[in-house]
Amino acid sequence: MSRLPSAAWRLVAQLLVLAAALAAWELATRSAASPYFLPPSVIAKSVYHLWFAGPARHLWLTSDATGNLLPSLGRMLGGWAAASLAGIALGIAIGRVRLLAELAEPIVHFGRAVPAPTLVPVFLLMFKIGTPMEVAAIIFGVIWPVLLNTIDGARHVHPLHVETARAFRLPAWQRLTRVIAPSAAPKIFAGLRLALSLALVMMIISEFVGSTDGIGREEIIAQSNFDIPTMWAVIVLLGLLGIVLNALFGLAEHAVLARQKGPSSHA
Amino acid sequence: MLEVTGLTKAYGSHLVIDDISFQAADGELVTIVGPSGCGKSTLLRCLAGLLPPTSGQVVLDGTPVTRVPPGLAIVFQDYSRSLYPWLSVRDNVALPLRRTIRGRVARREAALAALGTVGLTAFADRHPWQLSGGMQQRVAIARALACDPGLLLMDEPFGSLDAQTREDLEDLVLRVRADRNITIVLVTHDIDESVYTGDRVIVLAAGPGRVRAVIGVDLPAPRDQIGTKELREFAHLRAEVSRLVRGAAPAPRAASGTPARETRTNHG
Repeated sequence: MSRLPSAAWRLVAQLLVLAAALAAWELATRSAASPYFLPPSVIAKSVYHLWFAGPARHLWLTSDATGNLLPSLGRMLGGWAAASLAGIALGIAIGRVRLLAELAEPIVHFGRAVPAPTLVPVFLLMFKIGTPMEVAAIIFGVIWPVLLNTIDGARHVHPLHVETARAFRLPAWQRLTRVIAPSAAPKIFAGLRLALSLALVMMIISEFVGSTDGIGREEIIAQSNFDIPTMWAVIVLLGLLGIVLNALFGLAEHAVLARQKGPSSHA
Repeated sequence: MLEVTGLTKAYGSHLVIDDISFQAADGELVTIVGPSGCGKSTLLRCLAGLLPPTSGQVVLDGTPVTRVPPGLAIVFQDYSRSLYPWLSVRDNVALPLRRTIRGRVARREAALAALGTVGLTAFADRHPWQLSGGMQQRVAIARALACDPGLLLMDEPFGSLDAQTREDLEDLVLRVRADRNITIVLVTHDIDESVYTGDRVIVLAAGPGRVRAVIGVDLPAPRDQIGTKELREFAHLRAEVSRLVRGAAPAPRAASGTPARETRTNHG
C-alpha cells in the first residue's frame, strides 16, 4: 500500500503534492502580506518578465537573459568542463601511478579541505573582475570531487582487468582508454555530477564578489536595491536551473553507462 | 617449443616456485597439477612473461621470454573479471586484435569466426554478464583463439564450473588442439582433468613449488569422457597422479612413507 501503482499515477501524485505546496505558499504569503515574502504567482511573473518575455527571434529570451543568464551559464559550464577534463586526467595519473599518489595526496587533501568560496577574493586579486576570475574560482571549487572520484575509480580497477590487458599485449594507450577509463567511469560520473551542482554554487558566489554581469550580480544588486521580486526570481531560476542540468546530466550518464552495467548493478 | 629451465620465483625470502624445468613440444598438451599453494598460478604467469622470474628462464621457439611474447594467449580462471563487462561478447574477442588486424570490419569478422569455433556466434551482441559461467569461459577461449596463438596457457580454466560444463569444455580444448596443433599448458588442481586432457602430466609439490614427477599419458586418442575414463589405464594413471599430489602434502612423515612409484621423477 505504501507504493503507488504505476509511473503515471506517481507523476499525478507528485504534481498534486507540488500544487498543494505552491497553494500553501501562495495562501501563507498572501495572508502575511509582507513586502519581503512574495507569493509564488508574483515570483513566477517576475521570472517571466525578467528573462523569458523576449522576442521569438531571440528564443523568447530578454536582453537581461542574454546579458546575464547566458554569460553565467557559459562560465559555469566552461569551468565545469575544464575542471572535469583536468580532474579526470590528473585523477587517472594519480590513481594508476603509486609514486604520483604518494607525492600528490597531501596536496589533494589540503586542496579539497579549503572551502573554495574563501579563495574567491584571492582569485579576484589574481585576475581582477571578470570572466577569468570567475572561471578560475569555479574550476578550483569543483575539481575536487572529480579528482577524488577518478583517483578512487582508477585505483580500484580489478587487477585481472589490467593483467588481461597485459596478457593480450594491449598498448598503453588502449589499456588506458579501453580498460581503465571504462572501468572507472561509474565513479568518474558520480564525481562529475557532484561537480555540476557545485559549479552552480561557485558561479553565484564568484559573481556575488566580483562581476560585471551574470545572474549572481543581478541578485546582489537586487538585494541592495530592495528589489525583492528580482531577488526571489533569481532564487527560483537557480533552483529550476539545477533541476534541468541534473536531468540533462542524468540522460548523458545513462547513455554512456547503460552499455556497461555489470552483474552488480544489473537490476 | 617451450623450454623452461631452472625457473625460480621468490618474494623476498619467500620461495614460491623452486627450480622448475620442463619442455613442451609443438602441439603438445601439458597439464600441470598440484595441491593448493604449489605456485601453479605463479608458474603460469612466469611462463607468460607477466611476472619476471627470480632466476631461470623461459624460452619460446628459441627466444627468451621477457615480456608477453606474440603468439601467446591466456585463459584465466576468473572469466567474469577477465572479460570486460562494458564490451559486448564480440568486442571482447575483437579487442586484442587491434594490434594485428587492420580495420574494424575485419576484426569483427575474425571475432565472429572465433566465436563460431566455440559455438557462440548467436551471442555475439550480448554482454558477458548475460551469459552463463560456461559460456563466458567459452568467450574467453574464443578471445584466445582469435589471436591465433602458437602457445595457449590456461590457468585453472574450468575450476569454477560445474562438472558437466567442465567436461564439455575439456573436450572443446582437445578438439581445438587437434584442429590447430596449438601447444597448450593447462594448469589445474583436478587430477581427472590433468590425466584426461594431458599428453603429459607435470605433478608439482608444494611449499615451495617443485616438479615432483612427470608422467606420460598413453591413453588412446580421441579421448572420450565416458570411454576413456572407463579404461584400466586411466584408473591407474589417476591413482598414480593422486598419490603424487597427496605425497606432496607438507606433512614430512607422509612424504617419506609414500609408496608411490615415481615414474620419471625429476628430483629424486
